[in-house]
Formats: sequence, structure tokens, C-alpha cells
Amino acid sequence: MKPAKFDYVSPSTVEAAVEALVASNGEGKVLAGGQSLLPLLNFRMARPTILVDLNGIEGLSYIEDRGDRIAIGALTRHRELEHSPLIASKLPVMSAAMRHVAHLAIRNRGTIGGSLSHADPAAELPMLATFYDAKILVQGPSGRRTIGPEEFFVDALTNCLEPEEIVVEVEFPVLKQSGWAFEEVAHRFGDFALASIAVSVLHGPSGLEAAHVAVMGVADTPRRLKEAEQALVAMELDDRTPDRFSEVVVSQVSPNGDLHASADYRRHLLGQLAKRALQTALATKG
Amino acid sequence: MTTNVSVTVNGERYDVPDVEPRMLLSDFLRDRLGLTGTHVGCEHGVCGACTILVNGDSVRSCLMLAVQSNGKEIVTVEGLGSPEHLNELQAQFREHHGLQCGFCTPGMLMTGEDLLRKYPLATDEDIREGLSGNLCRCTGYQNIVAAIRSAAAKRSEKAS
Repeated sequence: MKPAKFDYVSPSTVEAAVEALVASNGEGKVLAGGQSLLPLLNFRMARPTILVDLNGIEGLSYIEDRGDRIAIGALTRHRELEHSPLIASKLPVMSAAMRHVAHLAIRNRGTIGGSLSHADPAAELPMLATFYDAKILVQGPSGRRTIGPEEFFVDALTNCLEPEEIVVEVEFPVLKQSGWAFEEVAHRFGDFALASIAVSVLHGPSGLEAAHVAVMGVADTPRRLKEAEQALVAMELDDRTPDRFSEVVVSQVSPNGDLHASADYRRHLLGQLAKRALQTALATKG
Repeated sequence: MTTNVSVTVNGERYDVPDVEPRMLLSDFLRDRLGLTGTHVGCEHGVCGACTILVNGDSVRSCLMLAVQSNGKEIVTVEGLGSPEHLNELQAQFREHHGLQCGFCTPGMLMTGEDLLRKYPLATDEDIREGLSGNLCRCTGYQNIVAAIRSAAAKRSEKAS
């Protein structure tokens, strides 16, 4: 339970960090909050030759109001998102989800760039990036590029980055919504989700005008359920709507069973959470 | 490759030479500084026994490298109080019998300190959520929750 040997550098710019990664020939690893990487090192499941620590880089930790978008620096800790009044007012679904992100001591260290890069299929921030259709800004040897979540999350614990690329910022659009909800069930509060759903709706003069739906814990990556969004917008709003929505959501996923929960249980759980989430989202009419 | 680590722990400055980058902060505190109050349980961030405060925030010392503590201010359980003068939270743990074997206690105390500072802890539910990252195999948590509830009550008495 001790890491294998590695070298360590703590560069002061993103450019220098990228250079260190290039020099490592694919054997280097980026260290941000370290809350997923350190366990992997301790288990020796990861054995990089060099760790490139981003924590000495100034200016990578911020939450910035850009009007219809909120930009979050890659090194921003979970705790800062959890307690940010700006996030609470502009990205309420994120605000509600943050207290489910692991435990207090993990939230004090973990970063948004690290969580997205780790790409756990049952982690809240990758799901939130998917829900909001965030823009993930990365920097590599040939400059910067922006990646959408569907391209970014390739598979469980797998992102689309080149070994020399580093996430530097994530930009979330502020959704037009009149109601929303975030629901999650985990074995122990703060553990990875068995199933979770985020829903937002925008009421129009007659029925719903728009909806956002994303789920996690039920596939190898977080998923935005666009079919369920369209079906929801087309539905008549009555007492049966949450049940019908729940059926549509469940029909869109085919989870795997594992040690923690069977496939049937996950599907059932997601159905119940979908129903509850829509009830909550519809209860606030704006 | 080794480096020097200069760090302040419980108000005392330490300059430690020849630290390997792979040395965990938990091992550094115990083996290099001789501060064995910080306990090492799972070493992958699940049990919470090694929780300490770094610049005022609770962190798992098994999930930080010693080299990352350079220039930081650390508080370990040794920094809270002494056997003769327990701090408020420690006194409440004794009062409410919030420990049995004591292995998880340093982590519980350090997490408790951070919780008391950051959250209102209005209900037992809040306290339990806050403690969800710390495992105890003896107490069933009941008395730990009672100790923190009592410390929170004393804190708000003082504030009013």
C-alpha cells in the first residue's frame, strides 16, 4: 500500500506542465487533487515515472460569471463549488449535487479537472458536465481545444485526452429552467452512486418547452437522455406524467449488475428516482 | 530523487531533508516526525483514520504526498489538546463515551473540528452526513454523533 518510485515536478505554468508530460513519453501522470490518483498509486495500479503536480500553478482555481455561462477553473476544489453562492443561483443542480460528492475531506482536495479526467461513470461532476453539456477546455503541446462531454467521456475511467493534454477550464451554460431536481442513491452517503438522475424543465404557456435529463451509475459513462427529454416535452402534464416519464427513462438504459447492485435493482432504482425527480421539478412553476 | 520538506505542524516548524516524492504525508508525520497520533488504516482514502487539517481544511493524509505539504500549516490530533487540557471536542468525546478502541478517534476528531467550523450541524442527520467518510467499527457512531452534537451546542452557546 505504498506507491512505487516516481519523480515529481511542480511547474508554475500550464505550458511547463505540458512540457513535462511531453518529456515523460506517455509515462507521466498529472496530479491535481489526488483523490483518485493517490489510491491508484498506493495500490500500484498506476506506476507513472513522473508526477506533474498542478497545485503550484496560479490562476487555475476560479468560478467566473460570464452571463449566460459559468466558467470553472480546473483546479477549483469541490468544496468551493459546494459553498459558492454563484453556483447556487446560476447552476442550482450542480449546487445540489455537490454535497453528494464523496466526503468532507475529499471535497476539500478534489478538483473538477481531476474528477472529469478520472471519468468515473458514477461520479457527480462528469454527470453534471453531461447534464449541462459543458465545454471542457484542454491544453496540449499544440495549444488549446474545446471538447464536449459526449466526446470527452469514452468509457468507464477513460477520457479522450492525449497523454500530454491537461484540462484547464470547464464552462457550464446557465440553463433556462423553471424547475429542477437532483436525486441519487448510494450505499453510504457520499459513496459513488448506484443510480442518479438530474432533471430540469422549462414551463411554457402550454405544457413544457424544454427539458434536460442526465443519468449516471447505469452505463459506462454518464448519459444525457435526449429521447427522454423529447418525450417529456411532448407529454401532457397530469398526475400520471411522472410515472410515464419514469417508464421512458428506464427504457433508455441497460445497466450492468455488479458487486454493489444487480442490473434489475439499478433499473428499478433509476425508475423511482426519475419519478421523484420529475415530481420535484414540476412542483416549482416559474 | 529526494527533496527537503519545510512544514509547520501544530505550530512547530520542521525542516526535513531527503524526503522521497512517493512518501505519503501520513507516513511522513508518523515515521519522520514521530507524530503517531495520526492513524493509518486503509491507505486509500476510505476509512478516514488519517484525517488531519492542512491550512485549516480536513484532508486524508494518505492521499497527499509529503512533498505537497511544503510551506503548509498542518494540525494533527496532537495539536488539539493535551491529556491534562482536552479541547472542547475531545472533552465531549470523553463525556459521551465517543470511542472504544480509539483507532478511528484521531480522524473523527479532526473531521469533527472541520465540520464544526464549516457547517451549522443543526440536525443529527447533518452530523452523520459529515461523518460519512470516517469508519468506526466499535461504537455504532451513536456516541460520536452525541459528542459532536454537544460540541456544536456549546459552540452556539458561546456565539450567542
